[in-house]
Amino acid sequence: MPVPLVLRENAARAVVGSRRTRVGIDIVQVSRIDDSLHQFGERFARRLFTEDELADAGTTPAQRAERLAARFAAKEATLKAFDLCESGIDWREMEVRRLADGSCALHLHGKAAVLAATNNDDIALSLSHDGGYAVAIVAAPPPQFSPSFAD
Amino acid sequence: MNEVFTIDNMIRRILKDHGRLSQDALAIQPEADLYQAGMTSHASVNVMLALEGAFDVEFPDHMLKRSVFASVVAIREAITQLPGVRVQ
Repeated sequence: MPVPLVLRENAARAVVGSRRTRVGIDIVQVSRIDDSLHQFGERFARRLFTEDELADAGTTPAQRAERLAARFAAKEATLKAFDLCESGIDWREMEVRRLADGSCALHLHGKAAVLAATNNDDIALSLSHDGGYAVAIVAAPPPQFSPSFAD
Repeated sequence: MNEVFTIDNMIRRILKDHGRLSQDALAIQPEADLYQAGMTSHASVNVMLALEGAFDVEFPDHMLKRSVFASVVAIREAITQLPGVRVQ
């Protein structure tokens, strides 16, 4: 999908002046995600999570809530790491992918990918849950300057 | 009863049920910062979904911003921009 010029310009502005590693963290109470799934059903699930994320979460209710809580925390950590809270990002553009070895990786799509101005392979994601809470940390190197931003 | 009053009251009822505020949502000032009042990012998602159900609208991606849900006034202004909004 072609990226609108305005998004590239916004991304270019975002990269100016910061050469620091970007980090975001979030913690979520698993029971609250479970409550949302009960209150809003599939509308909550499909608004926030991709088909693959929902499949990875499984069908066992307790496990599903725990895994979706970790994924929700990852999306919020992503918004913080890349300063996207005011960018109007679809949560499904920030996708947690389960890899063959069982680990998880963050994959940004569309507008989120453009504004983050980094390669998905360079983004580090760590998820954990215990005691009814799920936590996620996202880290990425400083924004990359691309030829289109250097003009 | 004017429409602003009705919309603000609908918003406050939703905040009471879903916003997890540390103060009385029914009495909160229109300009008060809802995040300062205790609303988490997860609670704001619940508020958004409840607003969509109550007003029969859908928030487009470009409105999925922290500031859109930061106060009763901000929510009202966002809702009244949406096509087909239904006030009960």
